[in-house]
Amino acid sequence: MFRFRLFFSYFKELVGKVVTVELKNDLAITGILHSVDQYLNIKLEDTRVVDEAKYPHMLSVKNCFIRGSVVRYVQLPPDGVDVDILHDATRREARGA
Amino acid sequence: MSLAGPDNFPATSLADNLDKKLLVILRDGRKLVGILRSFDQFANVVLEQAIERIMVGELYCDLPLGLYIIRGENVVVIGELDLEKEELPPHMVRVMPSEIKRAQKAEKDATELKGTMRKRMEFLDFD
Repeated sequence: MFRFRLFFSYFKELVGKVVTVELKNDLAITGILHSVDQYLNIKLEDTRVVDEAKYPHMLSVKNCFIRGSVVRYVQLPPDGVDVDILHDATRREARGA
Repeated sequence: MSLAGPDNFPATSLADNLDKKLLVILRDGRKLVGILRSFDQFANVVLEQAIERIMVGELYCDLPLGLYIIRGENVVVIGELDLEKEELPPHMVRVMPSEIKRAQKAEKDATELKGTMRKRMEFLDFD
């Protein structure tokens, strides 16, 4: 198990929220965060591709598994972030707790 | 908002997708469709009756591949295909492998040409 689990724990809190995952190959997928694991692999439900005309092959894909290593950004809902709790957790993690 | 402990994992597992028809997108841009038979913690995947779906513009072609083992580091997305929905937009035309290869080459030549023309124009330094 990895020692640094701040983002893993943080993503677990976001399960059920709508996020947009932008991949390193420029594909962007919006969906409901279903689950995340220690590698930050992401499973999304009810997905739709952001630029559908450019990626017609994903038309009937409604659930997908995204390998953590290919994620560039995860765009979060503005009200999905409690910045203070995140700051505290980061300070704690940095202190080596 | 509390940070969840190790006991309540919403685990990300491909087990739910076993024996289902999946779309696998690879790092090199290839799209494979097949039935998931096996996987592991690295997202290495075994696809049965795999086909490669090549799409160029409005044309597409399915190349049969057979039984495939994909190394996990090449996997970008594994999507579950909804069998009740259309896999492709209706206006797309299915063609033979020879024609799709020609279309791919034409597309590649066009992007290369755009690239070289841009390089030639760049020195002109338009403000």
